[in-house]
Amino acid sequence: MSPFPGHPGNEHAMHDDKHNHQRIRLEAVSKAWSGQTAVERISFEVAPGEFVILLGPSGCGKSTTLRMIAGLEQASAGRIHIGERDVTDLPPGDRGISMVFQSYALFPHLSVADNIVFGLRSRKVPRAERQERLTRVARLVDLEAYLARKPAQLSGGQRQRVALARAIISEHPICLMDEPLSNLDARLRGEMRREIKALQRRLGMTVIYVTHDQVEAMSMGDRVILMEAGCIVQDGTPGELYNRPATAFAASFIGSPAMNLVALSAAADGAVIDGEPHCSIASHEAKGHLLGVRPEDIAILPIEAPGVPGEVIDAEYLGADSIVRLKVGSQELRARIDGVPEVGAGSPCRLQWPPSAAHFFSTGDGQRLALQGYDLAAGPGRLAQKQSMHRNEARTSPTQAGNDSPGVNR
Amino acid sequence: MVIHNADRRMQIYGALLLLPAAVLLGTFAYLPTVATLINSFFLPGFRGAPPEFVGLENYAMLVEDRTFWRVARNNLIYALGTIPTSIALALGMALFVNARLPGRGLVRMAYFTPTILPMIAAANIWMFFYAPQIGLFNKLLGALGMSGINWLGDPGVALTSVIAMTVWKEAGFFMIFYLAALQSIPPELEEASVLEGTSRWSFFWRVTFPLLMPTTLFVLINALINAVRVVDHLFILTKGGPNNATNLLLYYVYENAFSFFDRTYAATITVVILLVLAVVATLKFTVLDRRTHYQ
Repeated sequence: MSPFPGHPGNEHAMHDDKHNHQRIRLEAVSKAWSGQTAVERISFEVAPGEFVILLGPSGCGKSTTLRMIAGLEQASAGRIHIGERDVTDLPPGDRGISMVFQSYALFPHLSVADNIVFGLRSRKVPRAERQERLTRVARLVDLEAYLARKPAQLSGGQRQRVALARAIISEHPICLMDEPLSNLDARLRGEMRREIKALQRRLGMTVIYVTHDQVEAMSMGDRVILMEAGCIVQDGTPGELYNRPATAFAASFIGSPAMNLVALSAAADGAVIDGEPHCSIASHEAKGHLLGVRPEDIAILPIEAPGVPGEVIDAEYLGADSIVRLKVGSQELRARIDGVPEVGAGSPCRLQWPPSAAHFFSTGDGQRLALQGYDLAAGPGRLAQKQSMHRNEARTSPTQAGNDSPGVNR
Repeated sequence: MVIHNADRRMQIYGALLLLPAAVLLGTFAYLPTVATLINSFFLPGFRGAPPEFVGLENYAMLVEDRTFWRVARNNLIYALGTIPTSIALALGMALFVNARLPGRGLVRMAYFTPTILPMIAAANIWMFFYAPQIGLFNKLLGALGMSGINWLGDPGVALTSVIAMTVWKEAGFFMIFYLAALQSIPPELEEASVLEGTSRWSFFWRVTFPLLMPTTLFVLINALINAVRVVDHLFILTKGGPNNATNLLLYYVYENAFSFFDRTYAATITVVILLVLAVVATLKFTVLDRRTHYQ
């Protein structure tokens, strides 16, 4: 069940085009093992030629969803359609899909060539055509020189290519990939990311790609479906996931370092960061909820500037940028700034972020709230006024009163 | 010079580590083999007389010995009857208990039980199955209105009866090896081939069976050795009878050595057995090893 009102899962009016046989549609699909629910009533649709990512932490049901589409796992409830066909009860071989496994699933006793044409032999493709397709695909994935080798004689990246070739040669319009890059080292992973994406574009494949790596999701996906505990949390483009996370979970899952999520408490002038009563950052409706700010949206300014007062805890220099840990009231934030931080540990500072960079989430179910943040760059006069007006109201903060130490406020 | 010394020390160290195994092997395998070979060139000395060197006379006698040829033929039939059957059965059982079936732990144990029984005990159980009057098989046949068979007494049936018991005993043992090998095959291989519409039959012959080849080779050699190593259950069941119908090579060696007290003739047969075994094993390894994929 999608929390999204505008979710395409139930819109039947969408099929029109000639590629309709490639459209994948899941309707309220569930999977349970002896009472344990792994996937709960999820619905989504994948258009032909789309690269869709199933993203989520381990155990969120993304692999199970993929395996149900493949037919390797029987859905406990719901229907799966590929094009016009209801494939829910069809065996995997009749669904017209290929799959790349995390372990590559290469046959260790067969040569690379035999591995690639394995499926063609099962489908009784004539020898000449087999050979012709093999030559073409081997060139496509750059394996021509390795066709006679056994998988054990290949590097990880080459094995990955064999698995890809096996999926491509079947010429099925749909390819499912289950964490195909997680066994590769970081450098190779980046290379293969681009390669897979380029192949998909070139061949016009429909790809459903399971990963727990947000970098893969953001860089490869036309659309990302974020899952948590067997349900879809958000379904949108990488940009939407980054810019408008639907829940606090989505906010914390995308981005590196993750989005700061801080508790808000009430002050006379609006909601303030818990333990920092002087600078209200949003209207009263936001109090008691969570504020989300991406580290890269935070600007660290000298103490004279307007903004939220904070204190630098420490800084981590990463080369192109630095991650600065900051203490604001009782909360801790991380900011990502270019180059070397100019502020030392323990020094007070002011923080600013654009109003559009402030996200608000309900503390109860984590859902996004339609609230706007205040403009923190507004003149110091307003800030000074606020500070003098509400100096004594810090102790009345309704939440986390125990953490509320006025001593840190300046 | 120092390096050379260190190298030498390592070599001595390595040799010392090998020594216990080498001593045991030498004492209990190679020394007796050589002694047997030497013995086969002598006639036993009776009444305290020293053994007499006769060269290849024992071998000449062996070629003339019709009982030996009968026993050798029996053993060939026995090997051909037990090896393929027990291996096929073992593989079938392993595939069966490797699948998801309820109570498979129990089934696995049941299949393995014959193996943990001592040979003598197993043979005794089968004595009761085969007994002409009170035996289980004849009781069952009687219940169906058929006349009983003298399972171990009829020269035409006795060897088959012995073969049946051996298959029963060995299949469970070999199953364990196949089961272990099957469980080391990653399940994704089957999933990947199922996605391409590969039938189970085709998957078995194209993937499972080739990946089981190292196990098959191992089991094959073991089965071969077992086929010429039979003494104990012949001792219980038939004593090689009737009229040598169930007599097998090693039992014939035993008879010659300890019933007829012709040790040197027994040694001669042993040497022949060893030679045949060595040739067959070498053949198996060279022919099958080339087609075997080791992971």
